Amino acid sequence: MIDVVIDAAPVLSIRGVAKSFGSVVALRSADLEVRPGEIHALMGANGAGKSTLVKIITGVYPSDSGEMRLAGAAARFRSPADARRAGVVSVYQDPAIVPDLTVAQNMRLARVPLAAVKSAMRELGIEGVDLATPARLVDFAILRLIDLARALASDPRILILDEITAALPADLSQRVFAVMRDRRSRGASVLFISHRLAEVTALCDRATVLRDGVTVGVTSTKDAAEQIVDLMLGSEVAKAAASVARPTRAPAKEAAALDVANLNYGHALRGVSFAVARGEVLGIAALEGQGQEALFDCIAGVRRADSGIVAANGVALKLRHPADAIRAGLVLVPANRLTSLLPQRSVQENVALAAFGRMRAWGPIALRAERERVGRAVARLQIDTRAAAEVRRLSGGNMQKVVIARWIAAGFKTLLCFDPTRGIDIGAKRQIYALLREVAEQGASVLLFTSELPEIRLVCDRALVLFGGRVAAEMPAAEATEAALLRAAHGLTEAAS
Amino acid sequence: MSAALEFLRARTIFALILLLALFVGFVELVRPGTVTPLWVSNALMFAAPLAIMGGGQTLVMLTGGIDLSVSAVATGSAYLLATNASHGDFYALAIALSLGAIVGAVNGIGVALLRVQPLVMTLGTGLMTGGVMIVYSQQMMASQPHVPGLIQTLGAGKLAGFVPVDLFLWLIVGGVILFGLHRTGFGRLVYAVGDNAEACHLAGVRVWRVLFVDYLICSVLASITGLVLVGGTNAADLSLAESYLLPSVACVVIGGTSIFGGRGGYGGTIVGALILTVLTSLLTLLDVSEPAKQILFGAIILVLAAAYARLTE
Repeated sequence: MIDVVIDAAPVLSIRGVAKSFGSVVALRSADLEVRPGEIHALMGANGAGKSTLVKIITGVYPSDSGEMRLAGAAARFRSPADARRAGVVSVYQDPAIVPDLTVAQNMRLARVPLAAVKSAMRELGIEGVDLATPARLVDFAILRLIDLARALASDPRILILDEITAALPADLSQRVFAVMRDRRSRGASVLFISHRLAEVTALCDRATVLRDGVTVGVTSTKDAAEQIVDLMLGSEVAKAAASVARPTRAPAKEAAALDVANLNYGHALRGVSFAVARGEVLGIAALEGQGQEALFDCIAGVRRADSGIVAANGVALKLRHPADAIRAGLVLVPANRLTSLLPQRSVQENVALAAFGRMRAWGPIALRAERERVGRAVARLQIDTRAAAEVRRLSGGNMQKVVIARWIAAGFKTLLCFDPTRGIDIGAKRQIYALLREVAEQGASVLLFTSELPEIRLVCDRALVLFGGRVAAEMPAAEATEAALLRAAHGLTEAAS
Repeated sequence: MSAALEFLRARTIFALILLLALFVGFVELVRPGTVTPLWVSNALMFAAPLAIMGGGQTLVMLTGGIDLSVSAVATGSAYLLATNASHGDFYALAIALSLGAIVGAVNGIGVALLRVQPLVMTLGTGLMTGGVMIVYSQQMMASQPHVPGLIQTLGAGKLAGFVPVDLFLWLIVGGVILFGLHRTGFGRLVYAVGDNAEACHLAGVRVWRVLFVDYLICSVLASITGLVLVGGTNAADLSLAESYLLPSVACVVIGGTSIFGGRGGYGGTIVGALILTVLTSLLTLLDVSEPAKQILFGAIILVLAAAYARLTE
């Protein structure tokens, strides 16, 4: 009898789904089968295509090709509401809530009966939340649960949870798990996306692994943590191991270029401490949402840490504005390059911008000196200046180079580089790697977060892994294989040793 | 054809100058013999105050903002000058300009530090300034307002009976604005803040300082405009600059400065102010009624703005 249940016809079946956004291929060929009464994990590294697949299933995007079957019948939803009517409901990664409306108004917006939401909220243990509160005043973690309650209210056949636990503290996660198990016992299915392997192995029945937009394996999750990691990595491990072996520097005796001690920021950072020596490239690896954004922002003066010390060359800093960090030589290349560019202005004005931070630079500009300074930085980064009149006409790689060139032109002591190679072509990537090594050899320091793990061994001297807002592991670059980093990033350090 | 269009697209200022020439030609066509050196001299004299006010408006609109208090400030400054002239010209001048400085500082604090929407902030300060001036005028019934001779010369005088004196002021103000926008760090920041304030913040720029100084300059320029206007009419009343508010915005928009900030410049505003002045003159010549004039005026501005958007697409 049990076999019959397990091998029951899938309630959701996806075959060969592909999706491109312009020239960017998000999904090549995704397959997925979810059985009735199972909790199914969808795994994959950043950018593997998980969220895209979820959005295709629920009708946010149309797929380019491939087919979807719901309980055996071909299905294609035109909108999330369409999917909801068929019993497929998703809680997306970004909460689908209008901040200025009250919680109750938000529910009405989604045409969900309030009584059902209230009962789901009771189940999740958040019935104490006042529904007349504007959503923006509600704690982010609670909002995720409200979003979940809204999804539960329509009693879905298939519930899709995209990274719901990333923003939740452990106790709230447990409540979510309890609800998932309850729905499973009642015959509904859950498609669960999480970067936390421990959750997946404890909770899920089977896992489908995506890599670069292709389904590379389906496995039972029982004792399969290592196998899932291997599937996520693929043959890349062997390839990366054959590449560069970096000389590691002996720890310097002098004061560290950057010293971070016991840094705390909300739930995102919990007592992070580390130091970067002069001339060192320190890599940071982490899954999404482990506190890396807050870490870089706190060091760069973009956000104010709750507590802790950031010191440059032995001097503790008061960081209330990016200008304070910049004056101490700490400069940021942020995750989203568009946030630090002037899209309608020229390359020259973009690169020169940091020179005008101080009011004493408000006077006449020595144009020739500026042109030379900018020209040197542009040449060093090999920026393609054919479209130099407006930065928005440049390619992504060249935009990124403009952001870096700004700091090369302005001067710095420590470069805080947040995922500088995301979404740029391989040629530009190589140039950026070479540049980071070069600035380090000239005595500056680099703190580099990257979502592309092979980069750590290629560029860094040493690596830290963040997990849950803490430093989970530290290793010299030589040991920072993708497998080691990924294990630590999933909180599996003990298993690795 | 397409090559010419391409050229205009790259140098919109030429398109504007062409348009100006077209309007001037139209004036001559409607009433042959109108366009004389004297007519040109008068047109420049009338365009000067609008262009000076438009200069301040350009600075503010380049940051993505707007200043709706300029006409109230201009009127108030003119009125303060006239009613304080009996205490001495310099004293009156200082009082008049300090109104611009005060309103500009309040606008600056509101927009830059308290992050009030510029439209709302300057609408509010404009209304308040107008109200305060009415109360002030009721207190001032007794004294006899008069406009100092210096200011009369500035607003209505012509050098050698031909070159308007306010043209010199315009040249100085215009030169400073053009140099300031393109050759100074502050000018760079005006464009930069308008294009992406967050990028400026990340680059270590204290954005509020730029905005504060920007609104201050705009208001002081509005104050100066008020002096030129009252010099021209030789009579201070509380509706003196009322009709200048929307043209001060229109000449900036016609001049090609993006209302979202970050793009444009004072060169376009200069031509924009000239176009509006010639247009007014043309409509007067055609002897159309006031409502019809307004309809035409609005329609032409709309057509220009649409054409401009198409051209720079």
